[in-house]
Amino acid sequence: MTFSLNTILLILLGLLTAILAPLGISSKFQLDVLTLIFFTAYIGQSWNILGGYAGQFSFGGVMFFGTGAYTSSILLTSFGVPPIIGIFAAIFMGAFLGLIVGYLSFRSGLRGSYFALITLAFAELLRVLANSVEFTGGGVGLFLTYAPGLHNLQFNSPTGFYYFSLVLLVISLVIAMWLERSRFGAQLVAIRENEDAAEALGIDTLKCKIYAIMIMGGMGGAAGTFYAQKYLYIDPPISYSIALSVEMLLVTIVGGMGTVFGPLVGSFFLHIVNEFARHFIDTPGVSLIVYGFILILIISFLPNGLVGLFHRARKKKDDNDA
Amino acid sequence: MMLEVKGLTKRFGGLLAVSAVDLEVAKGEIVSLIGPNGAGKTTLFASISGFLKPDEGAVNLDGRSIINLKSHKICQQGMVRTFQITQPFATLNTLENIMVGAYSNTSNKNIAQLNAERVADILGMTSLLYQTADGLTVAARKRLELARALATNPKLLLLDEVMAGLNPTEIDEIVEVIKGIRDNGVTIFLIEHVMKAVVNLSDRTYVLNDGKLIAQGTPKSVASDPVVIEAYLGHGAAKMMTNGGKS
Amino acid sequence: MFSEVVSLLPAGIINGLMFGAIYALVALGLTLIYGVLHIINFAHGAMLMLAMYMAYFLFKILNIDPYVAILIVTPAGFVFGYTIYRWGIGKLSGGRDQNILLITLGLSIILENSALVFFTGDQQTISLSYSYEAFDLGFLYLSYPKVISFVASLVICLLLWMLMTLTDLGKAIRAVAKQREGARLVGIDVEHVFAVTFGIGVACLGAAGCMLLPIFYVDPYTGNIFVIVAFTIVVLGGMGSIVGALLGGFIIGITESVGGLILGESLGQVGISLIFILILIFRPTGIFGSKV
Repeated sequence: MTFSLNTILLILLGLLTAILAPLGISSKFQLDVLTLIFFTAYIGQSWNILGGYAGQFSFGGVMFFGTGAYTSSILLTSFGVPPIIGIFAAIFMGAFLGLIVGYLSFRSGLRGSYFALITLAFAELLRVLANSVEFTGGGVGLFLTYAPGLHNLQFNSPTGFYYFSLVLLVISLVIAMWLERSRFGAQLVAIRENEDAAEALGIDTLKCKIYAIMIMGGMGGAAGTFYAQKYLYIDPPISYSIALSVEMLLVTIVGGMGTVFGPLVGSFFLHIVNEFARHFIDTPGVSLIVYGFILILIISFLPNGLVGLFHRARKKKDDNDA
Repeated sequence: MMLEVKGLTKRFGGLLAVSAVDLEVAKGEIVSLIGPNGAGKTTLFASISGFLKPDEGAVNLDGRSIINLKSHKICQQGMVRTFQITQPFATLNTLENIMVGAYSNTSNKNIAQLNAERVADILGMTSLLYQTADGLTVAARKRLELARALATNPKLLLLDEVMAGLNPTEIDEIVEVIKGIRDNGVTIFLIEHVMKAVVNLSDRTYVLNDGKLIAQGTPKSVASDPVVIEAYLGHGAAKMMTNGGKS
Repeated sequence: MFSEVVSLLPAGIINGLMFGAIYALVALGLTLIYGVLHIINFAHGAMLMLAMYMAYFLFKILNIDPYVAILIVTPAGFVFGYTIYRWGIGKLSGGRDQNILLITLGLSIILENSALVFFTGDQQTISLSYSYEAFDLGFLYLSYPKVISFVASLVICLLLWMLMTLTDLGKAIRAVAKQREGARLVGIDVEHVFAVTFGIGVACLGAAGCMLLPIFYVDPYTGNIFVIVAFTIVVLGGMGSIVGALLGGFIIGITESVGGLILGESLGQVGISLIFILILIFRPTGIFGSKV
């Protein structure tokens, strides 16, 4: 995909709006919702790199998030390392975990459902471990102290966290745009489409897949630090929650796998659906039921997600114009 | 020698698929490999190109051993294979497909695109550049397979039945294309069933049957070799033919 | 410490066997579906949870003993499975195997959260008049429900094995598993066989749900606990292998119970995921190999 002038203008406009948004939004709640949307889009993008571009679906993507959260939080509580440094350690640990998991699974040729399930098992393994060892605080979890300041990546208003999530989001979009234009991205897509052919054409498929999962891991690690600093508490069920693993694949699949804006579109869409569902029936679980149906429908009828729908409509219009 | 294969053996469990095969392909040659169905031709290709791990034997490319190298490494050394059943990157268009091959020599998108367009032009695919691969005809997919391989800028191309499923006109076209590729300095080793193309194209032919090489030589001499006729048509066939049908 | 563990070992092993039989039944459904349809049913755990709720309400409202309810929940499971495959999963499938995985993931999200909406998130348990009666083995008290569940699971496994090997239906299923195109050519209604297989797989869960209820609890997420266990058993036993599922169930049951004894309750669970990972990495065809 190359970006036309119109697209670039649209992106810049969107970015400008996002930067100025806190001036226009007075409600802290709404700003928090936007923060959450950006955060989900960001973590969805991490899943997208390995799942959408390289075609390797993971059901345990949360493992990088949890590991990142524990890394920076333990560094902070036990060694007094400020999170602004800790976040890089979290990125490193996430990527390192990606290296291990990727090497072990891809090396032994796991593909498709098997790969999805082994990542789920890794996440479960880490959850149980985090629950059982002492330096993670075990089942009690870790409490972080509230001390706003950039070095702590904590802020005394929702606006601060809003910009934090916006920075993460922009970084993730830039990574995806780079993939679209780079050799590495083309190689990942080739692997997704046909691994044997990719190998025959000189692509080191093992290495590419490991790099992809390391990028995912690093991104997930940073997300963990973000979460820990925002909510000031982590424990094994939160850090390695199946729900978050599902959420990251959900927003990406709904928005459009292997597209730059898919995760963001999906994240917005599902949050809107969530608000709607809550408006009519305010019982926990209702929006998730709707999500389940949306997932099934998208997989069955819209493999390229909402972004694909948009592209199809535009192509039709072009065809009609021509 | 561009390609030297010595004593190559590949077993699947107890089944001997390829048995102690020796063959050579000189620089600039077009050499073909023929044989009845199930003779082990594709297995031999896969074992040469790193997709299968041979049990015994040696494979040298341009004087360097490539045995036990992974297939992407072998491609980087200058030997690339195509697949009998075409393996396009289905949702990508022709240009993007060929670019994947072109990227093996450059990380620059613009250079890759220029090379891909040049290769597409050689193969007469310029008008198909922006069509997605899963919408291409069989003939176009075969060409795409060839184009992608060619875009890696190989020294040696292994072509696995690029003519199967094509009509006579398409076959004539692709024969010319392959000759053109050779004239540009690429050595070619191909598996083929279409005898007319084998005779037209190849300088030399090897015949594989039951995993063993049973004959070699010019296409014409091979085609009249009694051993080869027997392999294709069954025991006693050669005698039948030389006796003019009377047994 | 060591001698303590050793003295507890027999009890751990027997307890493991008891749970192992039920695990085997859960895994049997999963492995059967995989062996024949080559799809992984991620909603397996959620369907087990539904079966447990059904048994729970049959007990609470109609006062039907869970072991009697097997006769109701098992056929209900079959009907549910048949229907959902024939007019749902089967129609929507196609393409990559991950798609089915995702569709069944969607299904499990729907089932779990429907349970949450309708049955609330509270943990439910039942107590039977004979819940606290037990056999005294000298070194271990075995409660009646555990023993009944163990025996009943084995009986059902045996019945399933007989169904697969002795009946025409079993032959058709195995034919489809081996050669679906060939089966189609000789006139077997493959889609029907698929749906029947899926139905049988879910029926196994119906029975397993009834047997779990007296010795476990049910809430909307109970299925999650069993789904990884079931996957582990299935990969351990070899995807699609019935005997493998049975042996795998016992091995996992014992590993979990003895592992818990040695490593403590919480770390003991590491064993399951670890076994799963190690098998996938080193022996992706499972320990017992062959298919249905």
